[in-house]
Amino acid sequence: MEKIKVLTLADVAAGTKAKVLRVSGSGPVPKRLMEMGIVPGVWIRVVKSAPFGDPIEVRLRGYSLAMRRNEAESIEVTE
Amino acid sequence: MSFDTKENTPGTVPANGHSDTTPEARPLLIAIAGNPNAGKTTLFNALTGLRQKVANYPGVTVERKEGNWKFDPGRPAARLIDLPGLYSLDATSLDERLAREVLTGRLPGLPKPDLIIAVVDATNLERNLYLVTQLIEYNIPVVIALTMVDLAEKRDLKIDVEKLRSMLRIPVVRVRTREKTGLSEITEAVRGVILEEREADAFWIGNAGIDASQQADEIHLSLSDDEAANRQIFARYKFISDVYQASVGTFDTERANFSEKIDKILTHRFFGLLILIAILLLVFQTIFTWAALPMDLLDQGFGALGETARASMPEGILTDLVVDGIIAGVGGVLVFLPQILLLFLFISILEDTGYMARAAFLLDKLMSRVGLHGKAFLPLMSSFACAIPGIMATRTIENKRDRLATILIAPFMSCSARLPVYALMIAAFFAGQTVFGFISVGAVLMLAMYSLGIAVAIAVAFLLKKTILKSPPPPFVMELPPYRIPNLRTVIQNMLTRAWLFLKRAGTVILAISIILWALMYFPRSQAPVADESTAARVQLENSFAGRLGQTIEPVISPLGYDWKIGVAIIASFAAREVLVSTLSIIYNVGEEENEESPTLIGAIRGAHDSGGAKVWTPLTALSLMVFFVLAMQCMSTLAVVRRETNSWGWPIFMFVYMTVIAYAAAFATFQGGKLLGFS
Ligand SMILES: Nc1nc2c(ncn2[C@@H]2O[C@H](COP(=O)(O)OP(=O)(O)O)[C@@H](O)[C@H]2O)c(=O)[nH]1
Ligand SMILES: [Mg+2]
Repeated sequence: MEKIKVLTLADVAAGTKAKVLRVSGSGPVPKRLMEMGIVPGVWIRVVKSAPFGDPIEVRLRGYSLAMRRNEAESIEVTE
Repeated sequence: MSFDTKENTPGTVPANGHSDTTPEARPLLIAIAGNPNAGKTTLFNALTGLRQKVANYPGVTVERKEGNWKFDPGRPAARLIDLPGLYSLDATSLDERLAREVLTGRLPGLPKPDLIIAVVDATNLERNLYLVTQLIEYNIPVVIALTMVDLAEKRDLKIDVEKLRSMLRIPVVRVRTREKTGLSEITEAVRGVILEEREADAFWIGNAGIDASQQADEIHLSLSDDEAANRQIFARYKFISDVYQASVGTFDTERANFSEKIDKILTHRFFGLLILIAILLLVFQTIFTWAALPMDLLDQGFGALGETARASMPEGILTDLVVDGIIAGVGGVLVFLPQILLLFLFISILEDTGYMARAAFLLDKLMSRVGLHGKAFLPLMSSFACAIPGIMATRTIENKRDRLATILIAPFMSCSARLPVYALMIAAFFAGQTVFGFISVGAVLMLAMYSLGIAVAIAVAFLLKKTILKSPPPPFVMELPPYRIPNLRTVIQNMLTRAWLFLKRAGTVILAISIILWALMYFPRSQAPVADESTAARVQLENSFAGRLGQTIEPVISPLGYDWKIGVAIIASFAAREVLVSTLSIIYNVGEEENEESPTLIGAIRGAHDSGGAKVWTPLTALSLMVFFVLAMQCMSTLAVVRRETNSWGWPIFMFVYMTVIAYAAAFATFQGGKLLGFS
């Protein structure tokens, strides 16, 4: 079986889409991310990063969400 | 806060909330719940019309919008509640937790709702349905109001409402609040549920396999384990995907995505920041220019009111109290109402268009350097006009400590009440001077005062976040809502609601402190015979408690370069900063009708000598006083609002003490340092 390349959402270049594999870590932040619809299997597009490189804007399920890079790092994706 | 402690006592609520009373005994309670920006308030307004009122939830300062809704001619009107927006019932922000408390019937004084109208944004169906999947587990009947259908149609997004209804097992109604259609259908659906006394058809999406007889409340609380919680969320979204597939099918969500196009400019790396600065400049410019006339009118109005009151009442203490204490004191604060209203107006517009979230997005990195949240930017910015709306705007900040840190530094932003003080000092001691031959010293000083406030705020925020308000870096997960043209009615209503809450909140404290300060300056009555009226005022002030207090604190303030007269003016200005000017006028015997530009007051200050013949005021004194005013907490209205917003006396007292200490230290350093460097 071909191994898929796992990276985090923070590594995804602006303008590219990625599919969520899982949200790692524990506590309120990963939970909030999942509640906002970032669950395994969903496609996310990274739109852009803010002027100082952080936070980033992503699009999923037809809406836009902003998050910091260290939050994006807990989202494991594949392209 | 009252609902923090309640988390540990689950399951005390009877299944339908009203098993203790019969449904006839009290009006039905219907709650409108949904994601932020889903259209809840618009629907609420459409259903209640003008029959609504705004109050606070007990113990907290989140506004509670409640109205009467005559949903059935044969029954008493129902109480309709517009809840704050929430994404999930497990959410953490103040607003969201409160909404959850209401929905689960845990809020003291409010029964469990008899029915929930879940507002679902048709253009953002999946995320909006997440909350719905939680709501239908609560054993309360739910009716879905599908909003923004006009926008969905524009994008050719077709939703099979019949499918939604059958899969969710609850009524689903399309509403077009702007055209007022669908309102009778929603009424019909609600009436159907209520009159048939249909039981809630609770079914468990998130907990397939868990004993369905268990209360949903308990399940949510007992499954704190992350893995279980994550599985639950996943199961809900799995269910939602199925519903979406069946009722919408495949749809390209990226079609007609106008907001992203607008954001190409508005959140552009470079232009985004420029535009943000331009917008803020425009807002402040407008606030200052538009507010000038109504503020003058109010000022004159209160003056006239005072005169009328004096003329129509017998001479005596009571009249003096009403005129000089109550009317002058409360009026002095109310004069700022036009500015506050305009600021609220712009905040409402910026929020309603969706721009506010972009501002937080653009600036989060800068704010996080000092440990603050991107959302802290707006409250701080507002505080340049007035700290009160600024502090009230901190509610969107989820983390309590971040919110407190923001509240505690907000008053360092130089508000408009400091302007008269700066203006007087500059006019008296730095007028017409330039540096490098062309830059006016006044402008440099003005800029320096604003910068000083910002610098100290940053330092204090940094310290607070490292010490007493230490908390992990706040998470920043924030929706960037689609841009929308603001609804005039909502905007104006928001503005009026906030202004009214400000008046109610600050009003009583302002009244009380006005009376106290008046009494300090009024008693004991001076008996000495005097030549004319303004001398009488001066002699009275000198001998009053405030005057004596000024003389008592003179040793403390003389290292700052102040004599007792300045001390009295500072004491008086704790009511509101701009009072300094009028108090100095009384002390220097130049009559009450003076303002910061009046030559006589300036002349009097410049020419004042102490008993030894030395000049009281020097440019260094003026500078020291300006520094003191930048940093000191001299605003009773702000303290009153902090007391309400934090629901404690501890924080306003802390704020008062630490700011005054910093102000003292900085003014001390300015004056003594300046003297050492040879200035005077
Ligand atoms: N096009 C359209 N806009 C709507 C509709 N309902 C509400 N809005 C707008 O959406 C924005 C948010 O509405 P609001 O009622 O304040 O949402 P809330 O945050 O849920 O209370 C406002 O600008 C409304 O004017 C609708 O059915 N269609
Ligand atoms: Mg609302």
